[in-house]
Amino acid sequence: MQRIGVFVCWCGSNIAATVDVKQVAEALGKEPGVVFSTDYQYMCSQSGQEMIQEAIREHRLTGVVICSCSPRMHEATFRKTCQKAGLNPYMVEIANIREQCSWIHKDKITATEKAVILGRAAIAKVHLNAPLTAGTSPVVKRALVIGGGIAGIQTALDIADAGFPVDIVEKKPTIGGKMTQIDKTFPTLDCAACILTPKMVDAAQNENIDIISYAQVEKVQGFVGNFSVTIRKKARYVDETKCTGCGLCTEKCPQKKIPNEFNLGLDNRRAIYIPFAQATPKVATIDPNYCTMLKTGKCGVCSKVCTAGAINYKQEDEIITREYGAIVVATGFEPISMEPFDEFAYSQSPDVVTSLELERLMNAAGPTGGTLLRPSDGAHPHTLVFVQCVGSRCDGAQKGKSYCSKICCMYTAKHAMLIREKYPDTEVYVFYIDVRTPGKNFDEFYRRAVEEYGVHYIKGMVGKVTPQDGKLKVQASDLLGGRQMHIDADMVVLAAAIEPDKSARPLATMLTASMDTNDFFTEAHPKLRPVESPTAGIFLSGACQGPKDIPETVAQAGAAASKVIGLLSKNSLTCNPCTAKPDELMCNGCSSCEKVCPYGAITYVDKPFRGPNRTTLTRRVAQVNPAVCQGCGACTVACPSGAMDLQGFSNKQILAEVDAICR
Amino acid sequence: MPVNQEFKPTIVAFCCNWCSYAGADLSGTNRLQYPANVKIIRIPCSCRLNPMFVLRAFQRGADGVILCGCHPGDCHYTTGNYYARRRMTLLFSLLDYLGIEKERTRVEWVSAAEGAKFAATMNDFCQTIYNLGPNRRLEDLRCKSE
Repeated sequence: MQRIGVFVCWCGSNIAATVDVKQVAEALGKEPGVVFSTDYQYMCSQSGQEMIQEAIREHRLTGVVICSCSPRMHEATFRKTCQKAGLNPYMVEIANIREQCSWIHKDKITATEKAVILGRAAIAKVHLNAPLTAGTSPVVKRALVIGGGIAGIQTALDIADAGFPVDIVEKKPTIGGKMTQIDKTFPTLDCAACILTPKMVDAAQNENIDIISYAQVEKVQGFVGNFSVTIRKKARYVDETKCTGCGLCTEKCPQKKIPNEFNLGLDNRRAIYIPFAQATPKVATIDPNYCTMLKTGKCGVCSKVCTAGAINYKQEDEIITREYGAIVVATGFEPISMEPFDEFAYSQSPDVVTSLELERLMNAAGPTGGTLLRPSDGAHPHTLVFVQCVGSRCDGAQKGKSYCSKICCMYTAKHAMLIREKYPDTEVYVFYIDVRTPGKNFDEFYRRAVEEYGVHYIKGMVGKVTPQDGKLKVQASDLLGGRQMHIDADMVVLAAAIEPDKSARPLATMLTASMDTNDFFTEAHPKLRPVESPTAGIFLSGACQGPKDIPETVAQAGAAASKVIGLLSKNSLTCNPCTAKPDELMCNGCSSCEKVCPYGAITYVDKPFRGPNRTTLTRRVAQVNPAVCQGCGACTVACPSGAMDLQGFSNKQILAEVDAICR
Repeated sequence: MPVNQEFKPTIVAFCCNWCSYAGADLSGTNRLQYPANVKIIRIPCSCRLNPMFVLRAFQRGADGVILCGCHPGDCHYTTGNYYARRRMTLLFSLLDYLGIEKERTRVEWVSAAEGAKFAATMNDFCQTIYNLGPNRRLEDLRCKSE
């Protein structure tokens, strides 16, 4: 018989307001096996924990039930507490009477009744708990960063600085991400390239960093500390080790009319290209969809002009498999498609652009060399209309997103300010729902745009944009002025909402990392563990977790790196001891469990057993590798003879809980 | 609203640790109400649910049993909820054959972000059980303490 102690937490008034904690402690004290029962204001506090430890020693407790908040919150805390008092940490069970009782019920009598039943179920379970000892598994001291934007680069640099090798996998031919396309950054207006490109060079030259560009993650196996990742490095038909990045091939290639992705299709590139001058690695890439040589076998101009002999039309995709201890997701964002928003005439007029396109049109390295010109006729625009929240904060979200994209207010203020500064003869209108500028020096920046630069900020929505006689007729409402407005604009700029990169969803499935309904990665705890995924060993960096500006991204990248460093500096990790365990006497070696195991943790061995009349029988029985088993329990249900059981969640324990609830 | 004031159904909800249990926690954090008749049992994954547990619940007097797991494709253990889905489809048909109405058993996918869905599901399920009345099939009266 166990000697069980019950501890009922008030959680201040969070539990005590709706649950009569004294009554719960009293009722549970009468349960069989319970030798001690009490309540306390804050069980997780220092004095609460000391009280538990004292009770364990004084009453020689063999099991502990804590009626408190969710086990997802403080199970680990209380396990540690009990371990310090000499109790096996797995002899602790939590009855969740906060999130799943006091917070969802208003009536004190029903809530108290329910709390007692939940407590009883936990006591019934503890009766059948057995001490478990966690094994350990080694940690591979290498990290993988998926995505080579500013988030990925910063994370990799920080991990590398701590002395651990790190690989960056980037799907594009160069690292740098969205920040390379940006002209100036708010609120300081310093040039994005000037602060990003040195970091790209640092990453490329750091001996601990290996950049695997033009590559994608294909398969992820394993678990925290021991991931095995398969990466497909796409053929770029150029030998990276030989190419000097001179760019001669990109000038001679006869295929000239290919939309340049880097400039968002505002100009053209060749079939062999280097995305931009500061690309890292600075190596040419052949686009197999357009290259005449690869399609027809006739051309080979690039190979003739290349003095380094780097062109290799026969190159094939390379599969790289490496072991990692931790994985950082830094897949970033992209602006949403403007197709569903045809009221803004995006598809009808080239003069309606998204903010990222405007960014290219104003960039000194962009298609116009930094002079703002209308894409339709190359004329200087005099009237510009900015439309805010295109696809952001959409109610019901039939089209667009329900969330705020966070960065648009600030970059629009930046664009408006830059345009007014460079071209004082222009009129700039910004139509907004709300201006949201929380952040250091952000509101001051926006006020400057309005007060110093005379940008017309109008609260209201743009209803329709119609291209007419070379102008864009903008119909809008001015909510504060209570009037309709008609503006003949030369250009309309749409602040497109941002969404997670398309590659994030399949990646999350591979990593078994969870995502929210918008495809942003979910953090382990929204406040206390913001850079970790609930899946152990997976960390989050940058906009893949939610819309973010550059300083926030860099801060999160550093935070993710420090978590990775913390993990990699350990030599071994404690495994989850709640693993499957077969009863060898009952196992008949049928292989049912092996077939359902997603981790391949089950193998079979021939074992001698004592038979009748002093004979020895050799039987095939299942064996679970506890380092690989993650404890899902699929095998326990598949086992026809009931030989397989899950430690910590055994059949008997769950049945005892069912019985206690239905009593 | 309860049809029968006397009837207090017992509903056992099995929730997987990674999605649905967290979803249930979230509905608590958001203070979304659902009836106290629902008692949650935490299991590591929906695939841990042995059909035996469901049978035992009905035997001991449960009026409804619901299994909540991660959305298909989102299982923390990659494939667990697919097994659960198949097993429960089969079990629920069997229970129906035994006279336990199909409405008394349910499988729902609730992610860790869907606190509102969890509360709504539980409210709806409780209402269904209220409408069905107490479960008399399979119940073993010898198991009752009174």
